[in-house]
Amino acid sequence: MIYRMIARASICLMPLILVGCGSGEKSETSNEALKILKITVGAEPEDIDPHVVTGVPEHHIIAALTEGLVAEDPVDLHPVPGVAEKWEVSEDGKVYTFQIRENAKWSNGDPVTSTDFAESYKRILTPALASKYAYMLFVMEGAEDYSTGKLKDFSKVGVKVINKQTLQIKLNAPTPYFLSLLNHYTWFPVHISTVKKYDGLTKRGSGWTKPENFVGNGAFNLKSWTLGRKLVVEKSPTYWDAKSTKLDEIHFFAIELETTQENAFRAGQLHNIYNLHIDKVATYKKEHADELRIKPHLASYFYRFNVNKKPCDDVRIRQALTMAIDRESIVKNVTKGEQMASTFFTPPGVGGYTARARFKEDVGEAQKLLAQAGYPNGEGFPSLELLYNTTEGHRIIAEAIQQMWKKNLNINVTLQNQEWKVYLDRQRQMDYQISRAGWTGDYPDPNTFLDMWTSWSQQNQTGWSDTKYDALIRKAAITKDPDTRLEVFQEAEEILMDQLPIIPIYIYTRVYALHPAVKNWHANVLDHHPWKHIDLDLNLLKK
Amino acid sequence: MLKFIFRRILETVPVLLCVAAMTFFMCRLAPGGPFDDDKQVTPEVREQLNKQFNLDKPLYAQFYQYLVNLPNLQSFKYPSRTVGDIISQKFPVSAKLGFLAMCIALSIGIMFGVIASLRPNSYIDYIPSSLAMIGICLPTFVMGPILIYIFSLKLKWLPATGWGGFDGDIFFASDMILPSLTLGLFYAAYISRLTRGGMLDILTQDYIRTAKAKGASAPRILLKHALRGGLLPVISFMGPAVAGLIAGSFVIETIFNIPGLGQDFVKSAFNRDYTLVLGVVMFYATLIVTLNLIVDILQVSLNPKLKFQS
Repeated sequence: MIYRMIARASICLMPLILVGCGSGEKSETSNEALKILKITVGAEPEDIDPHVVTGVPEHHIIAALTEGLVAEDPVDLHPVPGVAEKWEVSEDGKVYTFQIRENAKWSNGDPVTSTDFAESYKRILTPALASKYAYMLFVMEGAEDYSTGKLKDFSKVGVKVINKQTLQIKLNAPTPYFLSLLNHYTWFPVHISTVKKYDGLTKRGSGWTKPENFVGNGAFNLKSWTLGRKLVVEKSPTYWDAKSTKLDEIHFFAIELETTQENAFRAGQLHNIYNLHIDKVATYKKEHADELRIKPHLASYFYRFNVNKKPCDDVRIRQALTMAIDRESIVKNVTKGEQMASTFFTPPGVGGYTARARFKEDVGEAQKLLAQAGYPNGEGFPSLELLYNTTEGHRIIAEAIQQMWKKNLNINVTLQNQEWKVYLDRQRQMDYQISRAGWTGDYPDPNTFLDMWTSWSQQNQTGWSDTKYDALIRKAAITKDPDTRLEVFQEAEEILMDQLPIIPIYIYTRVYALHPAVKNWHANVLDHHPWKHIDLDLNLLKK
Repeated sequence: MLKFIFRRILETVPVLLCVAAMTFFMCRLAPGGPFDDDKQVTPEVREQLNKQFNLDKPLYAQFYQYLVNLPNLQSFKYPSRTVGDIISQKFPVSAKLGFLAMCIALSIGIMFGVIASLRPNSYIDYIPSSLAMIGICLPTFVMGPILIYIFSLKLKWLPATGWGGFDGDIFFASDMILPSLTLGLFYAAYISRLTRGGMLDILTQDYIRTAKAKGASAPRILLKHALRGGLLPVISFMGPAVAGLIAGSFVIETIFNIPGLGQDFVKSAFNRDYTLVLGVVMFYATLIVTLNLIVDILQVSLNPKLKFQS
């Protein structure tokens, strides 16, 4: 028995030793002539149905597989022709007419038509599909009503098929960021007859996204998708601009852990580190400066106040707490990723907008406000709890702020960490006093940061509402003149920074590493990288 | 023996039912749900989602549906996959990793244990025993990165991550060595301690002295007479250990980026992926129950003092 066990064990180990090193490298050398980009975009994609998913990893993958009416310039992301070769905007800025190019094809050879787009919009707005991101289409006339079930007749929604090649979209209001919005995957078309074939249009995860079934219209085709391992896309021959596609394949690896990403990168198995661990930044600055990238990101890190609960219902206390934080010190000593300390909410430069409203960091003033609110030198201050989701990064920031409040205002705050879903649930139920949060913009326009604080927004979750603020956001939505519109946002953000239902802390940066062989990769605030432009220098890769 | 096996199988039914019920209801009691995200959805969308995933039905109806149709149910997190899809794709990977690790664990563990037991409290004992102690104390999340650092990043002999070839699906690839070794060494440490203990116990028994007196050679006594009894603690340990090994190791799979089931075991609970949690837990529970039964049978056949009875 035992002899046999040991004998078997050694037999099992033999091939391991015999195969030994090299099998991994062998497959690499056989692919030498092909340009294969191997990258990770973090977590495993939940699905690749653009009408169902909500995540960032999914965005990167879907952007390779599908193309919308317009595409993005690889450098600054301004809208360039995509499936539509040209478009016209009506005088009042509300009607867009797109001319779809004749050579736009699906991966099965079918032409991409205006009906595909109209049907796709219908699908994502259908209540039964319950698309979490359907609200991205609400700028379109009637879209919101159709999606909530108030409107039953889709022909009343502002999308019209003029002919096979012409599509007209009517908006509720002139929307200056509309063309950028079209690059969000919710506006991407799906191959309706394929989706229909597998359990109908409104069933999520019906199997049409499996590699053997998937039909897309992007620069790349889905080749394989192994759960937990990687998703492979290959250059699509049917894509209208296939001659511009430079890579033969992209392998999207699902690697969540930062250190694992780094190990794979350092061992030459991967061409990027999606998130570089903060402890490594200093080393990379010294030793691998050519690989390290630190770029501003369209995202804001902040704390929410529950304005319905004492003591944060008092604006003076909210102001005092906000003013008594030294943000420069946090980004310099705690987060260390060259984040921008923010005394405003909207990341600067978004759609030509840089917030004018700024609060001061002023400990003396903060103490005064606290005293006015009835707690001189923090005496008698009620218990205050700061809720955050369990992550090392959030903990150290919370601890720093806890110390600053103790030192500057002499108040004690307890820290409460909760697992992600519990934290989300408590935030949704308004069962918190102060809660950590982050917000990533969906499109480069101040609206994506400011409309979330309206009284009707699901994302508000502070209990704060202000009729004047609501009115301003409504006004901005129908203002045609771009400068006037930005001015309206300025006024709105002034109210927000005066009332402070939130504590802005910093503007995120993306800290990552990229192999120098990866070419045409331009940093931008949305972290979008149109894949057809990306190239790989095979000579640099060999080194 | 057949009767024994039959009875034991019957006994597992209520055990598995209990496990299923506890998992299901504990999941539901936990705050937060599968559709909670940092971008909150409107009540209408939430309602539709609940409808689509049958969360609007009464709990007992859902539980019943889960029980009868679990493998064909959609995962909440990965809607395009069913629970059966995920387990059948990922379990073979975990099982292979577990099997390789077990081979390493058994060969190294038993060898060290036997050597240590030959001359107790001498250097021959101290060296393997302290190595084993270090092995037990060094968790896999320390051992793994150390091995990666040495063999992948410094010596560049082995890949740092992946499974079956980073690109392909090779049956035996170099990237399997480090994870198997990391996991195997950890279990080897336990096995060597258990073997040493078991052997020390057996080597003082009368029948060993009798064998010696009859003039049997030392290797024969050791391998033929002593090992059979000395390995009994290892055999009992192997039941749950094998289940743990082949059901996947969250830590190893995360460090080496291996697409195994261990990750789902942990992450599905965090994701409130109700169907997948239940699927993975039930799969794991069945595995443990089965392996325990096999271990019981093995023990009786190895130890003449035991008989089949329940």
